[in-house]
Amino acid sequence: MIHISVQQSAIDIAAEMTRAEAAGAGAVATFTGLVRADDGVGTLELEHYPGATEAALLKVAEGAVARWSLSAAIIVHRVGPMHPGERIVFVAATAAHRGAALEACAYLIDRLKTDAPFWKRETRGAASSWVEARDNDHAAAARWE
Amino acid sequence: MTIRMVYFAWVRERIGTGEEMIDPPASVVTVADLIDWLAKTSAPHAEAFENRARLRAAIDQDFVALDTPIGAAQEIAIFPPVTGG
Repeated sequence: MIHISVQQSAIDIAAEMTRAEAAGAGAVATFTGLVRADDGVGTLELEHYPGATEAALLKVAEGAVARWSLSAAIIVHRVGPMHPGERIVFVAATAAHRGAALEACAYLIDRLKTDAPFWKRETRGAASSWVEARDNDHAAAARWE
Repeated sequence: MTIRMVYFAWVRERIGTGEEMIDPPASVVTVADLIDWLAKTSAPHAEAFENRARLRAAIDQDFVALDTPIGAAQEIAIFPPVTGG
């Protein structure tokens, strides 16, 4: 089972966990990303490429399901304006055993960061700036190749 | 051949629009050629495309390298390196 969602609304962890557990295997590993208040960030806005984003996330999820024989892969990503402390991304991997679930969970978030067309803009007071891509994100994604 | 261009993040802001229809000459073969040609069409395009190392592209919603031929592309996207997650 693969579930992909790119949404404006808040991420409902309980509903996503229910979905992950319904796949019925022995282990569920999850990762939740929260908006950081780096240097006084007040608002974080996420722009994306509709259509291409969902396709990229589906490819990442399909890659994880095939590699670790998952019974479920879930990727939920918020877009639009959000604030420090709010959930920005949630991924889950359901597998027969914890090793596969934990590795697949790391793969989902690592690949999402480099393969999906999202862009972050931070606002601090009256100033706003686009977030720069980080080289260590590419190193994290490359370790799965 | 008419192509729908789409732009995101600061590329979109610098150009001043999220999308436009273009009709490049036959001499435009690759995405890089297209960027060179667009950069000559206006000062905002030139500013958006001044640093090629900071540009990424997609042809018909698939990520591609800038030296990829545009072929029969219907939609080409130009954008900064991605920063999701």
